[in-house]
Formats: sequence, C-alpha cells, structure tokens
Amino acid sequence: MTTTDLAAPAGNGFTGVWRRLRNFDLGDSVAYSITLLAGTGIFILVGVLLVELWLNSRLARHEFGWKFLFTSIWDPIAQHFGALPFLYGTLVTSLLALIIAIPLGLGTAIFLVELVPAWLSDWLAFIIDLLAAVPSVVYGLLGIFVLVPIIRSGVEPFLQSTLGSLPLFQGPAYGFGFLAAGVVLGIMVVPFIVSVSREVLLAVPQEQREAALSLGATQWEAASQVVVPYARSGIFGSIFLALARALGETMAVTMVIGNDPSIHTSLFASGYSIAAVIANEFAEATSTLYIHVLIELGLILFGLTFILNALARLLILATVRRGTVRP
Amino acid sequence: MASVGTVHSGNNVNLKSEQSVDTPQRFSLPPKPSVTADSSLRFKISGLKVSYGPKEVLHGIDINISSNVVTALIGPSGCGKSTFLRSLNRMTETVRTARVEGDILLDDENIADMDVVKLRRRVGMVFQRPNPFPKSIFDNVAYGLRINGHKGSLSESVEHSLRRAALWDEVKDQLHKSAYTLSGGQQQRLCIARALAVDPEVLLLDEPCSALDPVTTAKIEELLFQLKPSCTIVIVTHNMQQAARASDFTAFLLEGRLIEYQPTPKLFTTPADPRTEAYITGRFG
Repeated sequence: MTTTDLAAPAGNGFTGVWRRLRNFDLGDSVAYSITLLAGTGIFILVGVLLVELWLNSRLARHEFGWKFLFTSIWDPIAQHFGALPFLYGTLVTSLLALIIAIPLGLGTAIFLVELVPAWLSDWLAFIIDLLAAVPSVVYGLLGIFVLVPIIRSGVEPFLQSTLGSLPLFQGPAYGFGFLAAGVVLGIMVVPFIVSVSREVLLAVPQEQREAALSLGATQWEAASQVVVPYARSGIFGSIFLALARALGETMAVTMVIGNDPSIHTSLFASGYSIAAVIANEFAEATSTLYIHVLIELGLILFGLTFILNALARLLILATVRRGTVRP
Repeated sequence: MASVGTVHSGNNVNLKSEQSVDTPQRFSLPPKPSVTADSSLRFKISGLKVSYGPKEVLHGIDINISSNVVTALIGPSGCGKSTFLRSLNRMTETVRTARVEGDILLDDENIADMDVVKLRRRVGMVFQRPNPFPKSIFDNVAYGLRINGHKGSLSESVEHSLRRAALWDEVKDQLHKSAYTLSGGQQQRLCIARALAVDPEVLLLDEPCSALDPVTTAKIEELLFQLKPSCTIVIVTHNMQQAARASDFTAFLLEGRLIEYQPTPKLFTTPADPRTEAYITGRFG
C-alpha cells in the first residue's frame, strides 16, 4: 500500500507520462507567453521610437546643438532653424487650454457627482465621453467657422477694452492665434478632465461626505473641502492627461493658430506649435537637414511630454505625502 | 450645560408646552437647556415611516427620547435601527430615494422645518467605521469649528474636544500628523472629538464600536458616561452587553417596528414582549 502511494505521483511508464501530460497546464503557459510578448513589445516599441527619433535627427543636432532650443529664427531657404517659437507656441496654448479646462472640467465633474441624480449623471457623462471621441479635425472646423469669428469680433475687442493695458491683450484682432488655439484645445481636453475626475470623485467613500454633512457642512462645503481634497491625486492625474493631450494635439491647433513661426507676448498674435509645424512642413521639407530638424522637433515634443509627466508624478507624490497617507 | 464656548445664557426651554414657537429667540440662537430635569424630553417622534424607493423600512415608530441620558437601540440586522438614527439628523436625505413621513420634534420644533445645516450642528453623529478626513489630527477636530465660523481660540477648543473624547494624552504631541497614523480605536475617538467640537446637544452613534477591540470599546463606553451631563446620546448597537452596560433606556426594534422601549435594566431583566425576550436570550438575531 505504501509503495503504490509513493510511486503513484512520480509516475512511470505510460500512466506516469499521461498524468504529467494531463497536469501540464497548456493554457497557463500559452497565456504567459502571449502576455510576456505583449508586455515586452510595448517597451521595444518605445525604445525603437526613441532610437529612430534620435538617429534621424542627428544632422540637426550636430548642426545646431543645444542652441536649437533657444533660437527663434526659422528660415528654411537659408537652412537656418530654431525651435523656440514652436516650443513657446506649444506651451502657451497648452497652458491656456488648462486655464480654461480645469475650472470647467472640475466644476462639471463635481456637479455630476455631487448634485445630479445618478441616472442623469450617467447619461451626461456618456455624452461628455462622446465629446472626447469627436475627431480633432472637426474641432478645428468649428474653430475656424465659429470660434475664430466670435473671438475676432467679440472676445478680442472686449479683452482689449478691459484688460488692454496688459501686454497679453494688445495688438490687432485677427481671430487666428494663440487665444483661438488655446480655447479650442481647452474645449477639446475638458472631457478628459470630466471623465477621469468624475470616476475619482465617485470612488470617494460615502462616509467622508456624511462625516462633513453631519458636522453641519453644506453640500458645497462637503464637496469642496472634503471630497475634492480626498480625490486630489486622481484629479491631478486627469489634469495631466489633459495636458499631455493638449501638448500633442496637431490638427485643430494648426487650423486656428495662424502658423507663424514667431514669438509674441500678445495672445491675439499668430503663432505655431511643434506638432503643427511637423504636420505642415513635412511635405515641403526638401533637404535632409530640414527633415532632420523636423524629426528633432518630434524628439523635443517627446521629451517635453516625458518631463511634464515626471513632474506630475512628483507633484502627486508630494501632495499625497503631506500628512495625508491613506491606508 | 455650562460647557466652554456656549455664547448664550438663557435656558428658556418650554418643555411641556404645545404653544411653543412664539419665543423669538428660537430663530436666532437655538436655546440649549442647561442641566435640565431628567424627565425632559429631547425628541418626540410620532408616526415615523421611512422608505427607500418602494421598500418601507420603518413602519411607523412612536418614541420619546429623554435628554441627558443614553438611549440604546438594539435589534437584528436590517431591523431599521440605523435608518431610525439617521432620520434624527436628516442624514437619510443623502440617499436620494429615501422618503420620510411622520413628525420628529427636537425641543418641540419639527426637524423637517428646520434648516438642515443648523439641525446637524445641533445633532452630531459618529459612524460605524471611523471616517477621519485625510487631514491632520488637529484639522480633523477643527473642521466643524471652522465651517461654523468659530470665534475664539481654535487650539483651545480642539484640546477641549480631544480631552472630552479621552484622546488628548495620546495625541497631544502629534497633532499635526495625519489622522490615518492613529489606530482604529483612536480614529473612532477622534471622530467623536470631531463631532463634540461643535458642541452638539445630541450625539448619535451608529454602532461606534463594531470595528473596535474590547479595550477600546470599554474606553468609548466610559466616554458616554462622561458625556451624559452635557449631551443627549442615542446609540445603535449590535452588542447587547454594550446596551446593558452603557445605556439608561433601551429600545428594541424588529422589522421596522418598535417592539419595546424600557429603562435598560427592566428591558434586560423582565422584558414585556416575548419577542424581546427571544432576542436578548439569543434565540434569533
């Protein structure tokens, strides 16, 4: 009896092999290999992307070095290139977009979670999610035919007459320019902030709200002082997702920014962004140096996104650490 | 109640009168009865029905709750005791489908007609699971004071509340640490301190010890005794020993109805209703 008991699991002969075969979990190892492939594939993709950007921008890097980042001349005929106007345009329009989108998006998310009945909230959130799925070229068209005329004949004259003493709001009202691009971008990224913030706010435990309400907080006090701070790291996440989207947005921006590679303090002036210049000028890039310059711009955009995301993570860590560690 | 921070002086509690609401100061400052007779009633509740959507949870409860005593609510899970408690400070309104019928009078004033924010400042609540805010210990206690526009020394009031909740000695050197660094029992006492900071007349506790160990539970029960002179306490508990130890009156609820309401010693020794006897002897629930 003992001998058979001991012998059975080890197995020998036909039955042993059969048992091992039966216990060999094919499904598991196949799943393991597939997910491993997918996981490593992503890293390989990022690596290949970086290497290609790096190699194909070498002429530009050798020619201009670091001063490429600080030069504002853009003269393809004379083969003189500087990235500063594009960096400036990208940062200014993205910043403007966030200034518009953060209050709007956060306000909408709070409204949807705290004030609206659940069924209505779900529907409204669905519609807002749809907004995120509208192709950016459509936003660009809306920008050209609706927003730019309004900005030219309404918003810019108004800003000039009220805040015209600031250098930001001076000069002729073209309509096309940083302001229009910033507003279009702002509208485009609002759904990202709403959608992610709403999920995060919904995940705040009901007990937190009740604790505030039971102390005599109004609904607004509970939402703004307890629920939002509780959810803040997730809300930061939604904002940086929106920022990443705004930095890389190409089509809508190039349709309304005016496409002028120069730096202006005034938001009314035309400008250019990194993504827009790459898309617009690739077809006309005749020399190898020109192409390498455009690819280096791509590399810069990649780096910019990377740096901002890293900063975002640090910011989240810093605010979460400040005496608010949750179990 | 001669406690720190009360601004008003009068104790004009017209308790036994139905004519009630003609005293003008009712609308300015809620009068706080100073140590009143034990027989005085704080809550008069009649015909209280609460339903969530189509489901009625409480089927008409009539009960009077005396001031400056501890009233315990016992009953099996789902009997509606938490719902009853939450209707006392209109916390039922956080559930959108909830509907409340019947009258709840707090010092002869119907709470349905009161400003809900003012009501909740008078009727504080402590929840089943400790739910401190993700803020420092100090800011947790100070929160209610700040939103209520507290005048005077914030730190003094915070210390006073923490002392009342028997937590001061344990946390006085770490007031600016996160509340989440505390143990579960300390967090619950912090929540009690937070509720006490706004000086409520009534304190509702919804199974405050269900997540706590026996030692901490004993501390909290001890706390209830100390709070009695200054506060009316209503506590929901699963634990019958706790009700027997800590309360003066006990109400037994079953399936949304009030079965029996007696002084605690009487309810636990000579219950009038056979269902109460069955429950307290552990035959169901």
